[in-house]
Amino acid sequence: MALDDIYKEVILDHYKNPRNKRDLPGAEVSCTRNNPLCGDEITVFAHVDDGTVAELTFQGAGCSISQSSASMMTEAAAGRTVDQTLELAGQFRGMMAGEVEPDDDRFGDLVALKGVVKYPIRIKCAVLAWDVLQEALQDTGRATGAQPHAVG
Amino acid sequence: MNTFDVEAVRRDFPILERTFDGKPLVYLDSGATSQKPAQVIEAESAFYRLHNANAHRGIYTLGEEATEAYEGARSRIARFFGVEDASRLVFTRGTTESINLVAYGWGRASLGEGDEILITEMEHHSNIVPWQLVAQATGARLRYIGLTDDGLLDLSNLGELLGDRTKILGVTAMSNALGTITPLKQLVDAAHAVGAIVVVDAAQAAPHMPLDMDGLEADFLAFSGHKMLGPTASGGLLAKRELLDRLQPMFGGGDMIREVFHDHATWNDVPYRFEAGTMQVAQQVGLAAACDYLDALGMEAVRAHEVEITRYAIDRLLEAGAVVYGPKDTDIRGGTVSFWYHDIHPHDLATILNEEGIAVRAGHHCAQLVMRRYGTPATVRASFYVYNTNEEVDLLVASLARAGDIFAS
Repeated sequence: MALDDIYKEVILDHYKNPRNKRDLPGAEVSCTRNNPLCGDEITVFAHVDDGTVAELTFQGAGCSISQSSASMMTEAAAGRTVDQTLELAGQFRGMMAGEVEPDDDRFGDLVALKGVVKYPIRIKCAVLAWDVLQEALQDTGRATGAQPHAVG
Repeated sequence: MNTFDVEAVRRDFPILERTFDGKPLVYLDSGATSQKPAQVIEAESAFYRLHNANAHRGIYTLGEEATEAYEGARSRIARFFGVEDASRLVFTRGTTESINLVAYGWGRASLGEGDEILITEMEHHSNIVPWQLVAQATGARLRYIGLTDDGLLDLSNLGELLGDRTKILGVTAMSNALGTITPLKQLVDAAHAVGAIVVVDAAQAAPHMPLDMDGLEADFLAFSGHKMLGPTASGGLLAKRELLDRLQPMFGGGDMIREVFHDHATWNDVPYRFEAGTMQVAQQVGLAAACDYLDALGMEAVRAHEVEITRYAIDRLLEAGAVVYGPKDTDIRGGTVSFWYHDIHPHDLATILNEEGIAVRAGHHCAQLVMRRYGTPATVRASFYVYNTNEEVDLLVASLARAGDIFAS
């Protein structure tokens, strides 16, 4: 069944029981973006401590692919350095472009999203959270040399 | 004359023979674009095979044939809307271009500070954003007729919204997101009573119900050929003749001029002054064939067929526990049915339906003001046309149950 490729149990689990879906008071960085095609919206909050993504949460509304991807992302990225996280984002994008073969160690549950590649119009849903994270982290200044901006 | 043979109609549409993983196409997205009957495909193809040349240019016989085909299409399409004077039809790529032409050629040219443009929250973005641009450019104020909880225009404060300052009323004849048929005649009369002109967005209405341009007394009426069995980039703008004489051109170029000097140019006659450059000749010829096809079915019969299928679809969807947006009364709605099924996001639902060969639209349908009014970012939209059947509605509802199983587990 082709649908089993996209609606895997682990995706539905993250969708129904999202991890780290909450505000993060005092977060150094946050960023909101939406997908104009479907209205899906994701906000990412992060505590960035000495170049490390110490804590990562999200808020949002949308389809199972966009929301489960955000949930998985918060688990996969937390504890990594900003540079490692941006690298992971690049690899995730590569997986969604069908160019990178995911390795289970780094990707964890995210591997489940590989099946979305067969549904080109849904790839944007899977990548949305990562776009937001990337933009948020670039604001931390690790990549650009700018100062982090406070939330609120 | 109420015989509508849907099986005979279906045989005219080659694409309906397609299957996806062995499942026949169930096309429920005619609100986005309609499928095309063989008669339209053949008319466009025959133009290219036998008569192709640039219209209004060639001295040679083939060029005259192309011009004749193009102008013949103009007469035929105008007559579909009850208009005998073909010069009242400006060819455009469709509704969006038509509305932009009025916004630019009438709105920007005539409005200023203190003037008001009145539109409705039910509009497609193509009948909102052009007016926002006019408002920004001229200082005119853009105001909105709101919506009721039932998906109708809220006309309770029309007297306050529509007044001496109102110069233009822009309104859809049928909502692309809710299916609502608006009380056009009432709105046209009210607008004319205060001296405003009325621009009707007939993108959704023209394919699905009889429309009499002069009976409505609309000043401008915009429509898209591709939604009414015609080729993409066919369509036009119908207008009262005296308004076209005053409308400013939007595009400058070949064939729209009479004479060109170093510092200025004079305009060709109406409607050619609005048709700069090489036009979509074969496509308008195809649209004329689509008008033949629809008139042979009879627009009353088309409407009756869609009322029946829409009634059936709404009943079945409600039974299945779906939330249906817009009016439930088929007397005041067309065959565009927006809904949510349980808590399944429209994109997820559309992906699952696609596995069954069912094509529906999921998203905001270019009507974000409508979505915001009813507190949802998106809906699933099934929209019906001449080739759809109650059996296809049954397939839709059965597939919804399957989606429910996936998300319930």
